[in-house]
Amino acid sequence: MTTASIHIDGNAYSVTAGQSLLRACLSLGFNVPYFCWHPALESVGACRQCAVKLYRDEKDTRGRIAMSCMTPVTDGMIVSIEDPDVRKFRARNIEWLMLNHPHDCPVCDEGGECHLQDMTVMTGHTYRRTRFRKRTYRNQDLGPFVNHEMNRCIQCYRCVRFYRDYAHGRDLDVFGIHDSVYFGRHEDGVLQNIFAGNLVEICPTGVFTDKTGKRHFVRKWDLQTAPSVCVHCGLGCNIIPGERGGELRRIRNRFNGSVNGYFLCDRGRYGYEFVNSPSRVRQPLRRDGRGEHHKPLRSEEARALFADILSRKGRVVGVGSPRASLEANFALRALVGPEHFFAGMADTELALIQRQIDIMKIGPVPAIPLGKVATCDAVLVLGEDVTNTAPILALNILQACRNAPMARADALHIPRWEDRAAREAAQQVKGPFFLITAHDTWLDESAELVFKGTPDDIARLGFVVAHFLDEDCPSVAGMDGDRTDIARTIARSLGQARDPLIISGPGTGSGYVIDAAANIAWALRKNNRNARLSFTVPECNSLGLAFMASQAVDSALAAVERGAADTLVILENDLFRRTDKDRIIACLNACKHVVLLDHLMHGTASLADLVLPVGTFAETTGTLVSSEGRAQRFFQVYAPQGDIRPSWQWMRDAMTVRGTLRGASWRYLDDIIAAIAGEFPELQPVIDSAPPGAFRIKGLKVPRETHRVSGRTSIHADTTVHEPKPPDDPDSPFAFSMEGYGGKPPSSLIPRFWAPRWNSVQALNKFQSEVGSDLVGGDPGCMVIEPNTGEEPVYRQSIPEVLAPSGSLVPVPLYHIFGSEELSMFSSSVAGRAPCPYVALNPRDASRLGLSNGDEVEIAGRWRGPVVLRAGLPEGIVGVPSGLPGTGAGITGGRVDVTKVTS
Amino acid sequence: MLSILKTLWLILLHTFRRRETVLYPEEKRRIPPRWRGRIILSRSPDGKERCVACYLCSVACPVSCISLQAAEDEYGRRYPEFFRINFSRCIFCGFCEEACPTLAIQLTTDFEMSEYVRMNLVYEKEDLLIDGPGKYPDYDFYRISGLAVKGKGKGEGDEELPPVDVRTLMP
Ligand code: SF4
Ligand code: SF4
Ligand code: SF4
Ligand code: SF4
Ligand code: FES
Repeated sequence: MTTASIHIDGNAYSVTAGQSLLRACLSLGFNVPYFCWHPALESVGACRQCAVKLYRDEKDTRGRIAMSCMTPVTDGMIVSIEDPDVRKFRARNIEWLMLNHPHDCPVCDEGGECHLQDMTVMTGHTYRRTRFRKRTYRNQDLGPFVNHEMNRCIQCYRCVRFYRDYAHGRDLDVFGIHDSVYFGRHEDGVLQNIFAGNLVEICPTGVFTDKTGKRHFVRKWDLQTAPSVCVHCGLGCNIIPGERGGELRRIRNRFNGSVNGYFLCDRGRYGYEFVNSPSRVRQPLRRDGRGEHHKPLRSEEARALFADILSRKGRVVGVGSPRASLEANFALRALVGPEHFFAGMADTELALIQRQIDIMKIGPVPAIPLGKVATCDAVLVLGEDVTNTAPILALNILQACRNAPMARADALHIPRWEDRAAREAAQQVKGPFFLITAHDTWLDESAELVFKGTPDDIARLGFVVAHFLDEDCPSVAGMDGDRTDIARTIARSLGQARDPLIISGPGTGSGYVIDAAANIAWALRKNNRNARLSFTVPECNSLGLAFMASQAVDSALAAVERGAADTLVILENDLFRRTDKDRIIACLNACKHVVLLDHLMHGTASLADLVLPVGTFAETTGTLVSSEGRAQRFFQVYAPQGDIRPSWQWMRDAMTVRGTLRGASWRYLDDIIAAIAGEFPELQPVIDSAPPGAFRIKGLKVPRETHRVSGRTSIHADTTVHEPKPPDDPDSPFAFSMEGYGGKPPSSLIPRFWAPRWNSVQALNKFQSEVGSDLVGGDPGCMVIEPNTGEEPVYRQSIPEVLAPSGSLVPVPLYHIFGSEELSMFSSSVAGRAPCPYVALNPRDASRLGLSNGDEVEIAGRWRGPVVLRAGLPEGIVGVPSGLPGTGAGITGGRVDVTKVTS
Repeated sequence: MLSILKTLWLILLHTFRRRETVLYPEEKRRIPPRWRGRIILSRSPDGKERCVACYLCSVACPVSCISLQAAEDEYGRRYPEFFRINFSRCIFCGFCEEACPTLAIQLTTDFEMSEYVRMNLVYEKEDLLIDGPGKYPDYDFYRISGLAVKGKGKGEGDEELPPVDVRTLMP
């Protein structure tokens, strides 16, 4: 990268040459208005708002007006942003854009954080002079997530560029001609793309707004916010939840250049409603005997009862949770003792995740940060349906696929940021992206090559690829010619790439698949490629929990069955999602006491003797470890009402009552974090993942409320006119107040993006070291896995056998972004998009078994559903949706018979 | 000494001046119509609630004594689910009235609102909403806004063209 020296309004600056002038100006902190440019979508020059004046040389006094977003930075450039001509140009341009703009701000959900409002004020356009009538449009119903109000459109084209070019959506487009173009679907209907929610933030106006937020709308300035982390999959995207009046109102993206960048998936954006769900447990509940109803009890009673249960000399085991924080899990581990602590997932799942951790630890290939995936130039996905298990990873893969075809634009000397031209140059050429999965996925059409087979087929093919890359990798006997050719093609392509990426995960339930992925990555690294690995995990803290436990749910139940345990303490977990239903019921009934700490009423909760209400991610502070091994702190957004408390506090208090030394010394969350670091040296970085609770800037806390939050003296006035003191928060550097440090906090503590004159999300520019790159002070989060990159790889040797053909089918879990995740299914908007239980079969298998579409079938004696014929499913496989509410644990491994239910 | 005597003398002289003091409350003063007294919420000419729950009055209020929650009826018309003013905090500055884009919130000439209990100075929407348009008889925000509401479809507002036919190919 060469630097260029440019002059802006008489001052010299040194910037990176070749980038767009707009980006350079924004990075330097200038307020150049813009609409169609977006740091992730780059330039098209559609809105004409970013005009600046360029001068030929010092003697040129007239200059010429040019669009800064379409102008590359060159050395010696002379630019004026403040020149009167160009200022006038920008004001007139806004006036044009506003000719037909409706008089809507008061009833527009964008108002107060509207980029169009900001830019209008910035350019100084104030008065509508035109006397003509306004153009109007009809709106469309776009489904439960996104609201459409087309009158507000300024034709910047950002929406379609994001939806179609970036997220590969099909069903949103621009229609119509001349001055009446229309951005929408060809007809009313649910937007199909799983990243559609990003339109809310991409659209600089109020055309696309958050439909769930509309039900309980408040303006940005009234939201109480804190930095947080998405809990709806293992990727750990950074989010900004907003609360008002004890209700969580919305989720917005929190930029983290190393993780999610600018975007969230719709599960992450709309799953939040579980926090407000009527199924929340809000007070302690107990039942006196089996079959009794739960009765509420007071907090103190619950605390005493909990301590009493624990002190009855029972044999207590604790079941942790992959969706609870490290701190909560550690507190439970301390409460019951390490040997009685079990990870709250199936034993097989724990084994798979620990296998992934091993692979990442021993190296030599490190896990890639999610935010860097888009820089890879070849991608192989082995077994995982990333679209549904790690959505933002899928979005980033799509960007990575563009890199190789972009070489054509480079050859033509078209800068990649000239988006339209560069895309035109690359045409529809697909990049080296290979998908080896058990069924058809959404990514299929973007892939250069797709192979489908059983998990064992996938693993075997993976091993062959690895063997082609390095002879030292074990070879696979008995591969047919076709598959060998496929493997050779993939190996060649990966071998030629500069930054190949191998992605896998526990989705198929097969450890072989994970091993095969490791072998490929290691073999590439041995060939001196900058190979990277990425493993997904099912839940937001699966990885963190796997560090703390060596056994899981099945072992815990076995302990109860053996009689080695008679008291179960379950942390934030519905056991029915983990293993066999009858077994769980038998075990829960066999226990003397079952205590559950959770925030939602579910199957396990209804069978627990004592249910303690705990805070969700929005009501507590804690740390999660994402699938790449990044420890990230999420901060409490608001103080919950009633008896809801963080899990760790319930357990700490129980320990204090029992006189366990350790619990008593835990006054603050930081004490637990220190204890975690002491017990697990690998988790030491957790301490540094965010500043401690005692952190102050100039002696001040960081305010959760904005400086212009309203209604402070009346929001509680229906109950009291004596404004109550806001609650204290010793566990974080944040205050439940508008008072505190008003400047920019460290990157891990940014509660919202706002800057003077920039009320919209575009204020983010002011928080980045360079526009579009990392946050000032570095992206938040600390890696807990540092691989030994110098090591020689020790290849995995065991390869699955080819099973003899039989009439039975191999069960494969099918994941659904809307449906397979527990918490988001308590959100009405997400639940509305989930499928009903079904059984997917290849049409040929179905006809062999004499089944047709809609027939009710049973699998393995415990799974029922109507048959859905799916040609994208290979023969020999039966697809069973994973994690749908009420369907219990999935079926993986072995073979099953599908039988018709006749009744 | 001298100045004290002078002051006493001046005050004595006042005894013979015309009285400004009125015997309130038996006798009332004339209050100019732009007086900033008790706040009301008005209705549009068609009798519907004018307030669209935009939150601008609440954010403009320097003592933060207005709070509300936005809601939407089945036809897309916005209204406040609740609207509360804590008059024990209100300083009658009139900023809310200035901020209101729909002319819904208005300050009136009534200032007689003393109470023994502060709680009684907390007014809810029922207490604030009057039956008429107040100072502005004609203004109807929804005639001007682009939003469709009951009785006004897209393109039926003032100064609006009929909705665009996206499928037309005519120039
Ligand atoms: S898009 Fe922005 S400018 Fe337009 S009505 Fe909404 S808030 Fe106002
Ligand atoms: S709908 Fe929004 S993003 Fe799309 S062109 Fe219009 S203003 Fe731009
Ligand atoms: S990809 Fe995962 S972590 Fe990111 S927003 Fe979606 S559910 Fe949340
Ligand atoms: S400013 Fe006017 S329209 Fe907006 S909330 Fe207040 S009273 Fe209602
Ligand atoms: S931002 Fe440059 S033309 Fe739109």
